[in-house]
Amino acid sequence: MPRTILRACCALITSAVMIGSTLAADLTVGLSTPITSLDPHFHNLTPNNSLGRHVFETLVKTDEAQRMQPGLAESWKSINDLEWEFKLRKGVKFHNGQDFTADDVIATFKRVPNVPNSPASFAFFVRPIVDIQTPDKYTLRLKTDKPHPLLPNDMTSIMILPKSVAESAKTEDFNSGKAMIGTGSYRYAEYAAGDRAVFKRNDAYWGAKPAWDNVRFRMIPSAPARVAALLAGDVQMIEGVPTADIAQLSKDKRVALSSAVSNRVVYLHLDSNREKNSPFVTTTDGKPLEANPLRDPRVRQAISKMIDRDVIVSRIMEGQGVAAGQLLPEQFFGTSKTLKPDKYDPAAAKKLLADAGYPNGFGLTLHAPNNRYINDAAVAQAVAQFLSRNGIPTKLETMPSNVFFSRGSKLEFSFLLAGWGAETGETSSPLRALLATFDQKQGLGAANRGRFSDAGVDALLTQALTTIDDTRRGIMLARASEKAVGELMGLVPLHYEVSTWATRQGITYKARADQNTYAFEVRPGK
Amino acid sequence: MTVYILRRLAQTALVLAVTSLLVFGGLYLVGDPVEILVNPSADQIEKDRASKALGLDKPIHQQYVSFVSGAFTGNLGNSFVYARPALEVIFERMPATLELAFLAMVIAVALGIPLGLYAGLRPHGAGAKFIMAASILGFSLPTFWVGLILIMVFAVQLGWLPSTGRGPTTEVFGLQLSIFNVEGLRYALLPAINLALFKLSLIIRLTRAQVREQSLLDYIKFARAKGLSDRRVIGVHLLKNIMIPLITVIGLELGSVIAFAVVTETIFAWPGMGKLVIDSIFQLDRPIVVAYLLVVVFMFILINLVVDLMYSTLDPRVRLTDLQH
Repeated sequence: MPRTILRACCALITSAVMIGSTLAADLTVGLSTPITSLDPHFHNLTPNNSLGRHVFETLVKTDEAQRMQPGLAESWKSINDLEWEFKLRKGVKFHNGQDFTADDVIATFKRVPNVPNSPASFAFFVRPIVDIQTPDKYTLRLKTDKPHPLLPNDMTSIMILPKSVAESAKTEDFNSGKAMIGTGSYRYAEYAAGDRAVFKRNDAYWGAKPAWDNVRFRMIPSAPARVAALLAGDVQMIEGVPTADIAQLSKDKRVALSSAVSNRVVYLHLDSNREKNSPFVTTTDGKPLEANPLRDPRVRQAISKMIDRDVIVSRIMEGQGVAAGQLLPEQFFGTSKTLKPDKYDPAAAKKLLADAGYPNGFGLTLHAPNNRYINDAAVAQAVAQFLSRNGIPTKLETMPSNVFFSRGSKLEFSFLLAGWGAETGETSSPLRALLATFDQKQGLGAANRGRFSDAGVDALLTQALTTIDDTRRGIMLARASEKAVGELMGLVPLHYEVSTWATRQGITYKARADQNTYAFEVRPGK
Repeated sequence: MTVYILRRLAQTALVLAVTSLLVFGGLYLVGDPVEILVNPSADQIEKDRASKALGLDKPIHQQYVSFVSGAFTGNLGNSFVYARPALEVIFERMPATLELAFLAMVIAVALGIPLGLYAGLRPHGAGAKFIMAASILGFSLPTFWVGLILIMVFAVQLGWLPSTGRGPTTEVFGLQLSIFNVEGLRYALLPAINLALFKLSLIIRLTRAQVREQSLLDYIKFARAKGLSDRRVIGVHLLKNIMIPLITVIGLELGSVIAFAVVTETIFAWPGMGKLVIDSIFQLDRPIVVAYLLVVVFMFILINLVVDLMYSTLDPRVRLTDLQH
């Protein structure tokens, strides 16, 4: 009898809570990574950028598949090879009531490279601009010193501040809320570092009004705790659903899942740089090997064919990945239609190895981070086992990402697993970072930790990077991918990560390729 | 007394200097913060800029010298990630950790000593056996697992308490604290219980052992023979004598609960110092890690000092000069 009363009480409390949450249109979201600052130009970091988009807007926005859409700029076009014209949206007001004009954009561009002590600035996106002209209050002409087709893409990264704020605000003014004045669909309400950020709806917003009056972001880095908070109803939505819980959550009637393939490819980089004495290349019985077989494209192709991507995707990633054959999923700009994931083919791999002069294989050590990508250590382990089974005995060493990337960039590894998220949403991003010949001055090959280098690929890429015409540039990028990945296997793509959000039943979210969590795109149930 | 405290402070300075050197060197060896902080697509110009802005372009010994000279003026450097003074970032998070630790210790002491007394005085009763068995569980179950179970039972299944996070705060003594209002206390309860469980078990077992040992001693027998009431024998004579080891342990445990609440803070998304320092280690935010460890070391030394001073009040035979070693 007492138990029945208890149950009844619980049911009563739960239903009261549920009624409460449906009446007030409030949304609480559990985020996986704490933000480091509210200053939109301080730290170029996905969680910061994602949260900032609620208060601030960019000239160009991106939709869920990272295609460019009008934002504060209604339209843009290239006037000639060195000049872009942006038509700004009229009648947009900042949260302080000021009108949005070209002056605000100019002031913002001036602030971006000059944020003191910024650990990762946005200067990169405005550096190509050498001159700005404003024929009228709502027209912006941006000049570059060489053709720069990615200027509109760059504009998706710069959040616009009102001139008065851009000229005077310091990073701490944003964290205190004083300078949190944008044009976005939400206004700043509250922020507690490492804990929560609260926004309220901007009723004067120029675009579609978001569904929620108040949005509360809670930072819950522990994945099981995030799932528990969703199940308990403390939050109505979470990002970064752990793969281990997907199967169970998809059966749970209280919860709905939405997922999308992301712009992040997980790949293997191989030392194609050192002619001999690559640090972790050995003979099959572990003795040092003078020659470096990884320089031979046939060896790299053999390695690719030794890996069963379907097994990795279905068993280790539990479906939260898509087998990869190039640098970005096919629906993104500049990808190749012909590159497909390599099939698992041990016989062909053996033949390629023999052709390259290594019929008996050789030994390797694979280095991988263990806290950076979804199930990274487990994926690396599977790769090492596939290779070991097929004639390349491979040892595995995993380490925290703070150690891994420092050592990787110092070229201390011969064979490594890493990932690349194409922020621009098109293929030039991974091509220039991972496969262009390393060139400090030009900023090419910044993450080319295998030091792959091919003059043909470089030429195609350089040409693409200065071709304004989208169609032609897309073809060039696709050809560069085909050459760099298909023919030469400068890196071995494994899979694209899938990002998953979970919401309480009835609430829907269109999953995004850029992994951002936008409350204004969350729809309540009817 | 004054000499004693001064001498302890000199020792403190030495310990702090050694700690800072070790942490500084250790984190330098782990990796380059710029590699973690800058956006992966950043070019060399951006990496150089970041390196310069964070003062990482200078050789390590120069970085250490400028850190030490800053430390003498009370400035332990700016956080790489937050671009704010490291101490400020830490002190901002400190109230959350302190209140959680305080609540956990209150739970542990308020339950632990009575339960331990009971188990010690009636060691063969069923109640005592049950308490002792439960305390073994409290010892041996891993904190993160207990934390998740608490969330699953009390938040997800029963829906009585919020699953994670910190409740609304009120200003108490100039600090933003959440445990002095009902809603905030509801948020703090589960993490505090989770944090208290281990300490509770420890205090129960320690109290029981002390009670068992002291009950057989002559002074207790004498007090009983004198015809003193049970209440007076236990409440005054026994309790006072078992307090010395208990206070040592409680003091040290209070230190560890403040410094190492990180597992609980992570599971319950409690915005305290522990979570901050773990994030900072991953991001190689050296100023925060160094400052945090210095604060923690300082706190341990301070707690030990207080414990030593309390001995002398509890047991008049203990003179502070005896503690000089």
